[in-house]
Parts: sequence; C-alpha cells; structure tokens
Amino acid sequence: MKKIEAIVKPFKLEEVKDALAEIGIEGMTVTEVKGFGRQKGKTEIYRGSEYVVDFLPKIKIEVVLGEDKLEEAVETIVKSARTGKIGDGKIFVLSVEEAVRIRTGEKAEAAV
Amino acid sequence: MKQHHRALRWLGTSLLAAALAGVMTVRTLADDEPKPDPAGTATGDRSTVVDAGGNAFMVSEPAKLSEEDAKDKDKVKAYQDALKAYNEFKAEADKEPLALKLADAVGHHRVSINFTWTLVTGFLVMFMQAGFAMVETGLTRAKNTAHTFAMNFMIYPMGMLGFYLCGFAFMFGGLGGIGTMGGYAGLNHEITVHLFGHDWGLLGWKGFLLQGAGYDTAVFTLFLFQMVFMDTTATIPTGALAERWKFSSFMLYGCAIGTIMYPVFGNWVWGGGWLAQLGANFGLGHGHVDFAGSSVVHMQGGVIALIASWMVGARYGKFNKDGSTNFIPPHNIPMAMAGTFILAFGWFGFNPGSSLAATDLRIGVVATNTMLASATGALAACLWMWWVRTKKPDPSMMCNGMLAGLVAITCPCAFVSAGGASILGAVAGILVVESVFFFDKIGIDDPVGAISVHGVNGAWGCLSLGLFADGTYGDGWNGVPGTVRGLFYGGGMSQFWAELIGVTVCFITLAVLTGVVFKVVGLLVGGNRVEEQVEIDGLDIPEMGVLGYSGMVMDKESETPHPKGFPGGAGARSAVATH
Repeated sequence: MKKIEAIVKPFKLEEVKDALAEIGIEGMTVTEVKGFGRQKGKTEIYRGSEYVVDFLPKIKIEVVLGEDKLEEAVETIVKSARTGKIGDGKIFVLSVEEAVRIRTGEKAEAAV
Repeated sequence: MKQHHRALRWLGTSLLAAALAGVMTVRTLADDEPKPDPAGTATGDRSTVVDAGGNAFMVSEPAKLSEEDAKDKDKVKAYQDALKAYNEFKAEADKEPLALKLADAVGHHRVSINFTWTLVTGFLVMFMQAGFAMVETGLTRAKNTAHTFAMNFMIYPMGMLGFYLCGFAFMFGGLGGIGTMGGYAGLNHEITVHLFGHDWGLLGWKGFLLQGAGYDTAVFTLFLFQMVFMDTTATIPTGALAERWKFSSFMLYGCAIGTIMYPVFGNWVWGGGWLAQLGANFGLGHGHVDFAGSSVVHMQGGVIALIASWMVGARYGKFNKDGSTNFIPPHNIPMAMAGTFILAFGWFGFNPGSSLAATDLRIGVVATNTMLASATGALAACLWMWWVRTKKPDPSMMCNGMLAGLVAITCPCAFVSAGGASILGAVAGILVVESVFFFDKIGIDDPVGAISVHGVNGAWGCLSLGLFADGTYGDGWNGVPGTVRGLFYGGGMSQFWAELIGVTVCFITLAVLTGVVFKVVGLLVGGNRVEEQVEIDGLDIPEMGVLGYSGMVMDKESETPHPKGFPGGAGARSAVATH
C-alpha cells in the first residue's frame, strides 16, 4: 500500500477530488496548510511597518491506496491540479505499513 | 488576596457608600434661587419667543437711569428710545391680549424644538460609541477583540456615572441660564478667583447628582447631551492603549475621567470659565472659542492617550531595538471602515447639535461644513499615502483621514465657509498621516492612530478657527460683541492667540491630570499593563474570560511579532518602561 501526499492550490480541491472519484478513488483526508517553494515572498508596508508575505495557503490531500492504482492516481492529480503557473504544488509518495477500517476491523487493501 | 486588591475593594466600597449617601440627601432650595422645572410644565413661554434675527417678542420696561447715568447724553438717548419702544409695545399688547397668550404657546414650542434637537443629536452622538468600538477593534488583533470592545463598551456607563456624580456639576455648575431651552438659570455657582482685576472662573459647584437645582428638565437634557461628548473623550485613550491595558486599571481610569479629568478644562471653555472669558477680560478675540469640542473633547482625549501610552509603553514586539517597527496587522478592515462611517454619521449630531437649538439656522452650514471636511480629510490622507508615503492607498489611513477632518472641523464648523472647511479638512488629512509616522519614530505605540486623529487634529482644529473664521456668525459669543473673525478674514491675530492659549492650557492640564491618575491607578492595581505572556496569548481569556471569536482557530504566536535586537533572544522584552 502507498500513501499520496499532494499539496495543491486550494481552489483546485474540487477538481482533484472529482478527477480521483472518476478513477475509483473515493476516500481522502484534507488539511488546510500554508507553504512556499523556491519563489520568495513580497515585501509590503502597513502604516510604516514593513512585512514579508512568505507563506501562501495550500491544501494537503492525503490518499492511501493499493500499488496497482498508484501511477494512475498520481497522473490524475497532476493533470487536474496543474495551472502552469508558480505555486501549483507537489506530490509525495510514501509507503504504508498497515491500514485498518475502524467500523469493521478489515485490514490492508480491504481497508482503503 | 493581594494587598492592592484589598485596598481597591475598600476604596470602591467607600466611594459607593459616599455616592449613595449623596443620592439619599434631599436638599431644599433657598427661596431666592430660580425654581427648577422637573416636569417641564413651566419651561418656555412668551419670554422665550424670538424671531429669526434673535429679536425678542417681549419688550420690557427699561430700568430707570441713576443720577450718574442721567448726566450721560448717550445713556439718556438709549433710555428714551427703549421707553418709546416699550410704550408702543404695551399699547399694542393692550389692544390684543390674546396675542400674549398665544405667545406663551409659541414660546413653549420654540423651546420644545430645541429640546428635541438637543436630545436627538445627543442620541446620535451616543451611537458613535459603537463606531469607536468598531474602529478600534477592527484595527487591532483578533485575540484581543473581547477586551478591546469591552473597554469601549464599559466606558459608556463608567464615564456617565462619574459625570452624573460630580463631573457635570464641576463643568456646568456655573453655566447660568440655559438660553435655548427656556432660560432656567439654576446652575449658578461658579468658583471664581479675582486676579489682576478680572474674574477667573475655575470650577462649577452646582447640580451634583442632578438633584436640587439640578433636577430640572432642561438641565437633564443638557446633561444627556454633554455626557455623550464626555464619553467621546473618555473612549479615545482605549484606542491608544489597546492590546495591553489591564482591565482593572481601565475601570479606575473610567472612574476618573467623568468625575474630574474631563470637566476641569471643560468648565474653563464651555462652563463659562476663564478660557471663555479671555475675550471679555483681555480682548483676545471672543476668548477661546470651541463650537463642538476640537479641544474640549478631542484634544483632551488625545493628550490623555498620548501621556498614558507613553507611560504604559508600547505593545510587545512593536518596536525593535533599533527603533524600527514591526507589522501588527488589523484583523478586520471592514469593521474599522463601517465604524468610521458610523462615526461620520454620528458627527452630524456632534457638530450641528452643539448649537443646542434647531432654531439657530446656522445648523445647515455647520452640518455641511462637517461633511466637507470629512471628505477632504479622507481624500487627502488617501492620496498622501498613495503618492507620497507607502505608494498604496491604505484603508486604515482613509479612516484616520476622514476622522481627522471631522475632528479638525469640530471647533470651527459654525464659523467658516465651505472653502475654509474643505481646506482645513485636507490639511488635517495630511497632518494625521505625518503624525502617525512621527509618533512611530519617537517610540510611542498608537495601535489605531488615536493620538494623531484626536490630539494633533484637535489642536489644529482650534488653531484653524483663528485663521479661517470668516465673520458671518458668532455675534456676542462669550460675551464679546461682533462676529468671530480669523486672520484670513481681517480679524487679525487676536482670535488665533486665544485659540493657541486654549490649546496650550489643554495640553498642560491634561498631561498633569493623566500623569497623576495613571500613577495612582498603577499603584492601586499593581501596574497598568498586563503581564507579557498575557499580551502574547491575547487578552480575551485572561482578562475577560471569554474569546471574542469562539471556535475560530487563531495562531496567536503568529499574530505577535517578536522584537529584534534585544539581548536574550526572541523572547526578550521591548525596552520601554512599564508603569
């Protein structure tokens, strides 16, 4: 089993969710995060005090799935989340040791 | 219980007991005192009937000339003219007795118009409290909203009760006749000293707890109107001291502001005291003139804000060691701007209402001048930020600019033309921006610009009267014949000097009073300022016991800049004294 952590622009969430549903991935966990990449922030000024806007709001989508679906899922997320402009985000793939469905106690692939 | 808490409880209890004792005491009036009219059934009659030009309907018999005066040819002529006018009037009155009875009703209605006006404009000014609360809360941080708003809320009852207890009596106890509302003259005790051949009114001493001579409906109306003006002063320092003022310290300040801090200077300008008498006594224009309170209300508040902010010190993390400032963001710009509109609306009560008479038709000019100054103030501040200072039109400065224009026009509103109002409003808009940057530079932290809006522009407003008063209004103001005229309209410098003296006295008086009050209060509550960790966490829970925005996830640490450059690293205290 693998876990996808995708950092995407917040307004892209609906599109990514719908695209994943189309290829049969129906569950995910979503968190509101902030972050930045290689682009540095802008300096602004308020009433004489300077400040830098570094962090931008992002959405982190976490999906756990079987290895067989992994490649298709990554491709789908890339296609649906891409705008072509800076700040589109990143996808990380991790290995998962175990998964359990709380309601039924099912394990491994049957749990996701 | 801590030592100072015990002392405070005793102080509070004894004050309360004294107040109750005062209320219970019924004092009977002496026979020669004017009779108060609590029910309003004897206020306004034929004697209060006046035409548009201010000429009374009733003509009274002239007093007989003394032997001395009979030798003066001019006085004899004046007496003969007055006697002729009286005889003519009497002859006509005898022919139409019903006209005099009708005049009683007309007089009552004229006074009723003025009562209504004063009360309704007073209600408008009361609503400005919401405006102040919204501006201050909008321009400060979310973690302090319950505390900031609570200060602006509680200042209303605290200030009012202090004013009711004794503040009003100190300020207006020697006012004399309430001319526009029936002429009741029971507030007739002004503590006066006689120096250098002139009388100097210092403090009123009548009308405590609005009873005895104070229990008259015109007095009550005047009280309501004047109270909401006092509250405007009282609420200004809460802006400058936001986000670090201990609530117990604030409450004790609330006791002091209505009782003594505001009324002293107020008596000197509006209560018939010595600043108003500078014209009659020393020929300085019409004395210190202040139509609706640029100095009496706004500058007083601004000076208190300045001295208190200096004593209490800047917010944690505002200043770095090298004097540069850190960004502390306003959490709700729409709230601040809506609050500004509420204030601008309430100002239509503040300025025109200060005529205390809807029968004084100058109110149209007053209201429009007010409006124009608010507009040029906002525009000037907006453009000054955009083109000169930060290269962006800053919403918070648009607010400060509009308010600065309003503060500045408050003194001269009845005495200037549209052009004058617009120009002085624009100057106010630029002045407030420069002032905000100035106070940042000298290390005074003013989260909302209260000192710059109210203190600096309160002074400018008074001085601008000495320049822009155009001589179309104010005949007889403060007992000086002729209209009020400033430098640019051929009045010379004398009015300007009277304004400057008033402004200077305001600064000195309030600086001293503030120093004393905050020093004493600080001792009573163990420091005027909250603990540093409380300031970082946000004042809502520690001080008020409830969050302003319950359920909202707030990263309080990220709302708090840590000051740079101090030994001890990021957690070190900014180097401003705590009193």
